[in-house]
Amino acid sequence: MKRPAVIAPVTLRACALVSAAGHGLDALAQALRTSRSALRPNDLSFGDAPALAGWIGAVPGADGVALPAALALPAGPWPGRAVALAWLGLQADGFAGALQDAITRHGAHRVGLVLGTSASTIAVSEAAYRAPAADGGFPPPLREPRFNTLHALADFVQVATGLQGPCLTVSTACSSSAKAFATGERWLRLGLADAVVVGGVDALGASLLHGFHALGLVSPEPCRPFDATRRGISLSEAAGYALLERGRGGIELLGWGESNDAHHMSSPHPQGLGAEQALADALARAGLAAEAVDHVNLHGTASARNDEVEAALVARAYPAHTRCSATKGLTGHTMGAAGIVEALACVVALREGFVPGSAGTAAADPALGEAFGERLQLAPAAADPRIAVSHSFGFGGNNAVLVFGRGDRV
Amino acid sequence: MSALGPLYVDGVALWAPSLPGWDVAAPALRGQAAAAPAASVPHRPAPALLAANERRRAPDGVLLALEVAAAAVADAGADAATLPSVFASAHGELAVTDAMCRTLADHPLLLSPTRFHHSVHNAASGYWAIAAGCHAASTALAAGPYSVAQGLLEAAAVALADDAPVLWVAGDSEACGPLASVNASRGLLAAALVLSPRPGPRSCWALALALVPDPAPPTAAASPAARALQANASAPLLPLFEALAGAGRADLQLAAGPQLGLALSLRPHVPARA
Repeated sequence: MKRPAVIAPVTLRACALVSAAGHGLDALAQALRTSRSALRPNDLSFGDAPALAGWIGAVPGADGVALPAALALPAGPWPGRAVALAWLGLQADGFAGALQDAITRHGAHRVGLVLGTSASTIAVSEAAYRAPAADGGFPPPLREPRFNTLHALADFVQVATGLQGPCLTVSTACSSSAKAFATGERWLRLGLADAVVVGGVDALGASLLHGFHALGLVSPEPCRPFDATRRGISLSEAAGYALLERGRGGIELLGWGESNDAHHMSSPHPQGLGAEQALADALARAGLAAEAVDHVNLHGTASARNDEVEAALVARAYPAHTRCSATKGLTGHTMGAAGIVEALACVVALREGFVPGSAGTAAADPALGEAFGERLQLAPAAADPRIAVSHSFGFGGNNAVLVFGRGDRV
Repeated sequence: MSALGPLYVDGVALWAPSLPGWDVAAPALRGQAAAAPAASVPHRPAPALLAANERRRAPDGVLLALEVAAAAVADAGADAATLPSVFASAHGELAVTDAMCRTLADHPLLLSPTRFHHSVHNAASGYWAIAAGCHAASTALAAGPYSVAQGLLEAAAVALADDAPVLWVAGDSEACGPLASVNASRGLLAAALVLSPRPGPRSCWALALALVPDPAPPTAAASPAARALQANASAPLLPLFEALAGAGRADLQLAAGPQLGLALSLRPHVPARA
């Protein structure tokens, strides 16, 4: 199969994150360094149903966020938890200031936005269906088309930041915000923008909790990726961003790969064919062999089949010295935001010189093989990673793999 | 710096209940023939790629996307199994969203797993990949009222970044239930192109794209057949397909953002003799 040509690295000029671990990249770094899980028992309930069994990750302070009045539309203030998360993410890590600086340097029309989300503001529509207006339509504060469509979060971020460049929402389930990096790099390479904000936002809501429950994929306990006792996923939420620009320095995006399993809407290709192709393309664009990879942030959802397929890929694709971490036991599965959360986990590991462990995982499932067990990093450890890879594999068989590197790597 | 192309148009497809296929649509979009009478046409397309039981279960957006994707790929004589694809839809599966919100409001525990996985925006992309046996990259995106322009731009970027042909699909369905009070999309409409960075034996047009800040108003659809479809969220694709149905050069503008336009320059291309 023909592999893509090597691309020039692009630099991550600024990054920001709010996750269940807390506000800011430092909160994630601290949790990763100590393998402190941010999961808690689910206490969210909707309609007439009791709270579902299971554990969730929730962003602290996401309730009652006050948005500036100037951002409101004539219909009212932007509603919903996902918008609150998108706003909190912009305020984290000095990101809003870095964005204004990019607008000053390049002009608002030259700064693009690619936002990954799976559920977007669907919780706003869900709320309207629970309490409709007398005419059967949406009640007035929610009766605004821009609040109730997939692109609402990117629309809000443009309103909140003044970005006027190309702007789209990528929605390919759990690979969404990983694929945002690919689109951002293409725009920079082709000259469609001089800076691109890539990121992802997803918030906990009824459709995600009940949807994954209906599929039988939610663990009644905190998720335990790759453990023999794993019983499914723990749902979570986050908002994260990275500002990409042409040039070198700091942490760089070196390559990306995208593929499709072409197998099944909600279960992975049994041989991991699509995932392996995405990895091969990502390494080809980075101009690297798998031997160069120091650290991998695994997709590692803790669903039985996903972990099995990914473990087999790890065992055959990476050398024994590559350290592989599964971080969803710490952050939970943030759906469309998983790509950005785990990209940023790679960023902090590269920047601060350690490899995260696999929170919640006591031991690698022996059934996944010795080679995988050797590569799985159970506890965080000081290290000197220079090249890190992040895996994101989603519903619809949609896969994305990202390669990051330290700008001072040799 | 913000110009892309040219790309070559190798395959064209369009489907709406009143314009069921490019052979019917092209003369109607030239204003030469009336659209098919409402009584004589199917409400939904029936893409041959899906088995009959899958067609019955599949949501409208999936049927629309697969119908035009398969027709554009056949028109291009391309290999469906190797083409990367970009699926743009402003709102995704509106009937599924309505049904899911209704269940979640009334009896959340009754949400069906099939309905949930049909609700993901990449349902059409996933079904296409499975039906076509295609492992290449496939993206599903939205950009509100700018979904057609941003999807076309993304498809062009994918083709040029990897120097390979790409399948672009755009389509939207009809809002129903309480959702119809905040979503104006009505009827069914989808279209697709196979775009190649290099001219080939089927290339009939050269298409160049450019992002334009603070643009003039977008080009309006001219034909009665196109104007009858304006209520669909993917209607911004119609002026481009009117031009593709014509014979001469055309310069168009699509709305690509609140203060951004996408200028399209379409030039007839005569394929080199083999």
